[in-house]
Amino acid sequence: MKKILAIVLALTMALAIVSCGETADVKGEGVMTHAEYIAAELETEVVIETYVQAKQSWWDGKGTFYTQDKEGAYFLYKMACTEDEYNKLTPGTKIKVTGFKTEWQGEVEIIDATYEILDGNYVAKAEDVTSLLGKDELINHQNKLVSFKGMTVEAAAEGSDAAFLYNWDGSGQDGNDLYFNVSKDGQTYTFTVESYLTGAGTDVYEAVKALKVGDVIDMEGFLYWYNGANPHITAVSAAK
Amino acid sequence: MKRLVSLLLLAAVSLTALTGCHGAKGLEPFSIPEEFDTSRDYEITFWAKNDTNKAQTDIYEKAIADFEALYPNIKVNLRLYTDYGRIYNDVITNIATQTTPNVCITYPDHIATYLTGTNIVVPLDELFADAEYGLGGSEVRFDSPTQDEIIPKFLEECSFAGHYYAIPYMRSTEACYVNKTYVEALGYELPETLTWDFIWEVSDAATAKNADGTYKLNGQNVMIPFIYKSTDNMMISMLKQKGAGYSTDEGEILIFNDTTKELLYTVAEHVEKGAFSTFKISSYPANFLNAGQCVFAIDSTAGATWMGTYAPLSDISEEALVEFETVVMEIPQFDPENPQMISQGPSVCVFNKSDPQEVLASWLFAQYLLTNDVQIAYAGTEGYVPVTSKAQNSAEYRDYLSRSGEDNNTYYEVKIQASQLLLEHTGDTFVTPVFNGSASLRDAAGQLIEHVTKSVRRKETVDDTYIEELYSDITSLYRLNQSRPQGGESAGKAELGPLPATAVVLLAALAGAWVLIGVYVFTEALKKRKKIRR
Repeated sequence: MKKILAIVLALTMALAIVSCGETADVKGEGVMTHAEYIAAELETEVVIETYVQAKQSWWDGKGTFYTQDKEGAYFLYKMACTEDEYNKLTPGTKIKVTGFKTEWQGEVEIIDATYEILDGNYVAKAEDVTSLLGKDELINHQNKLVSFKGMTVEAAAEGSDAAFLYNWDGSGQDGNDLYFNVSKDGQTYTFTVESYLTGAGTDVYEAVKALKVGDVIDMEGFLYWYNGANPHITAVSAAK
Repeated sequence: MKRLVSLLLLAAVSLTALTGCHGAKGLEPFSIPEEFDTSRDYEITFWAKNDTNKAQTDIYEKAIADFEALYPNIKVNLRLYTDYGRIYNDVITNIATQTTPNVCITYPDHIATYLTGTNIVVPLDELFADAEYGLGGSEVRFDSPTQDEIIPKFLEECSFAGHYYAIPYMRSTEACYVNKTYVEALGYELPETLTWDFIWEVSDAATAKNADGTYKLNGQNVMIPFIYKSTDNMMISMLKQKGAGYSTDEGEILIFNDTTKELLYTVAEHVEKGAFSTFKISSYPANFLNAGQCVFAIDSTAGATWMGTYAPLSDISEEALVEFETVVMEIPQFDPENPQMISQGPSVCVFNKSDPQEVLASWLFAQYLLTNDVQIAYAGTEGYVPVTSKAQNSAEYRDYLSRSGEDNNTYYEVKIQASQLLLEHTGDTFVTPVFNGSASLRDAAGQLIEHVTKSVRRKETVDDTYIEELYSDITSLYRLNQSRPQGGESAGKAELGPLPATAVVLLAALAGAWVLIGVYVFTEALKKRKKIRR
């Protein structure tokens, strides 16, 4: 009986360990948790483990990435990598990153970073932050993949019936960033389709070009920051 | 086996011919056709840069429509960019595939790199002087300026490697946008000409804090007294004012000198005090200036519409705006009696094509950008100045300048003051030497300041050892230690980037074919030897 009990206990412990592994990231030695990263001072070196969620651009030996672990997100701005390496850093890839934490117009990011690929894979699910729009707590979700539900498309500019603009003031053309306004509960917000992240021809780019004022839509995107929330929308669909 | 060898030889010859077509031979030099063939239709592309400014893109579109009305057989396709770097990168990529635009807004530094290809950019000397289609030519269907009516200083900036390779389109310089209210609150009076000593002293004073950690000057948690947008220009201007080395006209790199080191130590000292930062590190100077978080914001005069409490363009919310008096001044000087400031702004080059008629159509459009209609309208969108005396002296432009401050849009005072600054100081402007690699040197100049600023913020020690390592790293990163052929069309191809994949495949196949031929010949020779030995 003792033998059976010991086996059951051992199995239970093993299951518990496996289960823990599925719900929380176990960080390597010298690696910060997300909370420690958030607490770290600006302009200090940070070491994190995270998972690539999306790639924004590569040029001249540097790539820009949206990444996230199970606790929070990290924006990696112009991280050193070759174009081949950039192509291999597909969504879900686990990486260890060493760089400097900094802030640019409200966007907290890691710059001057290097990385190594680790075993592991995680693709985040979008977290619904619609109720946080306009609230201070929204910044706690900075750079995460988030969703916005049931928002109404408003005119992109006063006196216009266009639902979007190329560039913030309409000075662009097809292929440039798209700016569009959406409202909820009487408040209007400006969202962006960042052309380097999802350019002309992508589903979201074409979907936003097809929007009409008054459409009610659900969206997903990365919660970028520029003088306040400036979500980079990656998916748009009719509201469910 | 003979059949195999024949096939391999045929493949080798064909591949040699195919690869030879790409790049190495290039286009034939452009020569002006006797007459512009108006019986044919032309479709040309124009890559244009704007400052993310709808008024500017509207002017481009109007210019194209007006030009097409004059030349119904020429269709101009506009592609818009918002930064020069992106245009440069795309042109480099398209040189390799022979798909450059016809007309392109660019910088002379960039053209110097384009010139490393063969007959890529059209030299404009003969086109300028052509009696029919040249500047002010008899067959030109619009009121084109003569060569003498282009401001000589601006035109000279487009002359390098022995030719004019561009025409100036707009000119700007840098200005220091000053929060005069704050300067006076700190107990200082603005001098007639800003000096570096003054700007550092006031900036240091502006870092004083209250017991609660807020800044005494603005009561806010953020204050960066002095922000420079282009650190490339900052280093270049300081070296020029000091009479220190940057580069020779031939492309010899002189920037890694003791004066540069001394300037970097000064920057480090004021970063440490919290008195200075850069656009790349902290963001747009205008955002901080307008929020009352900056005293001295140095940016292009072409950024004037973003500067000041009542700026027509703004990136920050209305509630963040602070009321203050904005003054537009020359950038700080080491010798106020001999002010020196950079001349910048877009130029236009014409790319060569196999059809000279298409090139002529492109030239006509490029020339159209110098007409008063385009020049005056575009100059009014920002703190630019027109590049022709014809436009500068026109009643329309003089009227525009005279109405400074009438409103906060078309006649926005800060914008017109910025234009006036350059008009009054055109003789004090300078440009840096243009050669293959000058674009990299310019980047390197800025990176010296960026690196030092970042390092100080990260509490690293900036001393002689640091500077020596920095010089070495920057030299290597920007390949400044590589000898490069100077200008002209015989120059090397170091900066044209890697060969396109198709060329690599063809070259690899060619090499493979030769290897197989070699193996066959060698095998046959061995067989003969063996026979002999037997």
